[in-house]
Amino acid sequence: MISVAVKLARRDFALDVAFEGGAGVTGLFGPSGCGKTTVIRAIAGLERPDSGRIALGDRVLYDGAAGVWVAPHRRRIGLVFQDAQLFPHLDVATNLAYGRFFTPKAARRIETAAVVEVLGIGHLMRRRPATLSGGERQRVAIGRALLTSPDLLLMDEPLAALDDQRKLEILPFVERLRDEFAIPIVYVSHSVEEVARLAATVVRLEHGRVSRVGTPAQVLAPTAVASSIGRFEAISVLAGTVARIDPGYGVTFVDHPAGRIVVPGLLPTAGGDVRVAIRATEVTLSLARTDRVSVRTALAGRVIRVDTDHGALALVTLELAGGDRLHAYATRLAVDDLGLDVGDEVQALIKSVSIDERGIPGLRLVAE
Amino acid sequence: MFSAEEWTAILLSLKVGSIATIATLPVAVAVAWVLARRDFPGKSIVDGIVHLPLVLPPVVTGYGLLLLFGRRGVLGAFLADHLGLVFSFRWTGAALAAGVMGFPLMVRAIRLSFEAIDTRVEQAAATLGAAPLWVFATVTVPLALRGIVAGAVLAFAKALGEFGATITFVSNIPGQTQTIPSAIYALTQTPGGEAGALKLSLVAVAIALAALVASELSVRRARGGATA
Repeated sequence: MISVAVKLARRDFALDVAFEGGAGVTGLFGPSGCGKTTVIRAIAGLERPDSGRIALGDRVLYDGAAGVWVAPHRRRIGLVFQDAQLFPHLDVATNLAYGRFFTPKAARRIETAAVVEVLGIGHLMRRRPATLSGGERQRVAIGRALLTSPDLLLMDEPLAALDDQRKLEILPFVERLRDEFAIPIVYVSHSVEEVARLAATVVRLEHGRVSRVGTPAQVLAPTAVASSIGRFEAISVLAGTVARIDPGYGVTFVDHPAGRIVVPGLLPTAGGDVRVAIRATEVTLSLARTDRVSVRTALAGRVIRVDTDHGALALVTLELAGGDRLHAYATRLAVDDLGLDVGDEVQALIKSVSIDERGIPGLRLVAE
Repeated sequence: MFSAEEWTAILLSLKVGSIATIATLPVAVAVAWVLARRDFPGKSIVDGIVHLPLVLPPVVTGYGLLLLFGRRGVLGAFLADHLGLVFSFRWTGAALAAGVMGFPLMVRAIRLSFEAIDTRVEQAAATLGAAPLWVFATVTVPLALRGIVAGAVLAFAKALGEFGATITFVSNIPGQTQTIPSAIYALTQTPGGEAGALKLSLVAVAIALAALVASELSVRRARGGATA
C-alpha cells in the first residue's frame, strides 16, 4: 500500500497530488507533461518534494513536516525507466545481478531463474545492452528491478519507446509479473489501452493535479462531449466471459449480457473472464436491428444520456443489459436525424475491440 | 648510445611524469566530478583557478610555486617541518610543478566524460540499492574511464614536456631536477652539445608519440565496450 501526498514547484511546473495505491497495478494516467514521471521519481526518491508525505505500508519514506527523507538506495523500490537505462558497460547477466547484490540475503524472495523464465531473457545473458533490441532491453530492465525483490515496482511508460509489435511483446510479461510475483505496481502511461488492460485503480493526472480516481471503466469513460479524456482515448470497459472459439474463422465469441462480442483472434481458454475495452469512437448506433452490415458485434442498450454542445459532436451514453455503461460518439447531425433521445432502445454496433486477457497468456490485443 | 647524464635525465623525466600523474589523478577526478555534477556559489572561480596554469606564463606558475612551496614559503615551510616533505630543488618539486601544469588538462578531459554520462543510469543504480560511493565506483568511473585515461595520458605528456615552471621552481640540477627538456636546454647552451640535444629531442618525440598511441588505443577499447 503506497500513499502519496506531495507538493512540488519547479520553474515552469507545479505538482500537487495525493492518492493511494493498493495491491495489483495502480495506473497513473494522463497527457504528456501532467507530472506522471515526477510523481514516480518522487516515490523512488530521485526528486525531492517541497512538502508532503510518502509512505509504503508503515514505512515512511518522506515526510516534509517531520524532516524524514529516505535515500533512494534504501527505499527498496524498483524503477523501470522509459528507456531501460541498463548499464552499458555490463552484460545482461551482470545487469540482472547488480541489484540483487545490494539486496540483503533475507530480503531476496524473487529468484533469478523465475524472472529469467517469465521474461524470456535466458538466451541474452552474455550480451551487452548495445546489442539488444528495444523490447529485449526493456525486459532486462524489468528483470533487473524485480531481482531486488522490491516492495513496490514503479514503471515509467515502459512501453512508450517501443513500436506496437514490441508493446505486444512486453505487455503479457507485465501481466505475468503482476500476477505471479504479487508485487504492487505503479504503472505510468498515457496509453488508455495499457491502463485499461493492466490497472485495478486508475489515477488520472492533469496539469499536476489528480483529476479522477477509480476503476478503469470509471476514469477512462468520457464525461462530456469535450471531455478531458481525448475523444480518441475515451473508452468503455465491459466484463464478459469467453463463450466459444471458432478456429475455422479465427475468432472468439465473448458473452456479455447485452449480446455476443466477436473478437478476432483465438483466446486459448473458454469460460474465462475477460475485460473488453471499446473506444467511444468505434461505436455506431442503430435504431433498427440488422445483421446486414459487416459489423458482427451488436449490443442492445438504452440511451440514458445525450450530451451535446454547439460543436459537431454528441456523446451518447447507453446502459446495456447487465448494467455496464457504453459510450459512443456520434455527430450532432446524426443524433437529430435519428431523433435519439433518453429512453430510446438502440443497437450499438462495435467495429473494433481490445481485450484485457487477464489470466489468459499468449493472447494479443486485437482490432478487427 | 646515451651518456650517463642523458640516461639520468630520461629516467628522471619518466619518474617525475609518472609520480605527477598518479598523485594528481585522484584529485583531478574529485575536482572534475564536483565541477560536472555540483552547483555551488563561486563555481566559476574554482573553475578559473583550476585552469590558471593553462593560461598563465609557466614562469609565473613556477614563481608562484616557489613562493608557496619554497623553503620559506607558507606551505613549503609547514610541509618541511611537519612531514619532512621538501620540494625546493628536489625531484619532488619537479613532480609538483609537472603535476600542477598537467592538472587543468586532466580535469578538463575527465569532466567532459562525467558530463557525457546520463545521470539516469546512476539513478537506476541508486534505485537498485547502490549507495552513492558504490554508484560512483561501479557506474560513474567505468563509464568515464576513457576520459580518465585520456586525461592521465595528456597530463603525463604535459609533465614530460614541462620546462618553464620546473626550471623557475627547482632550477636545473643534473640528477635532481634536470628532466629531458632542461637537459636539452642545457645541451643547447653548451658548445658541442647539439648531438646530445638532438638525441634527447628524439627521445621526447618517441615518448610523446607512445603516450598518444596508448591513449588512443585505450579510448578505442573503452568505446567498444561502453556505448549505449
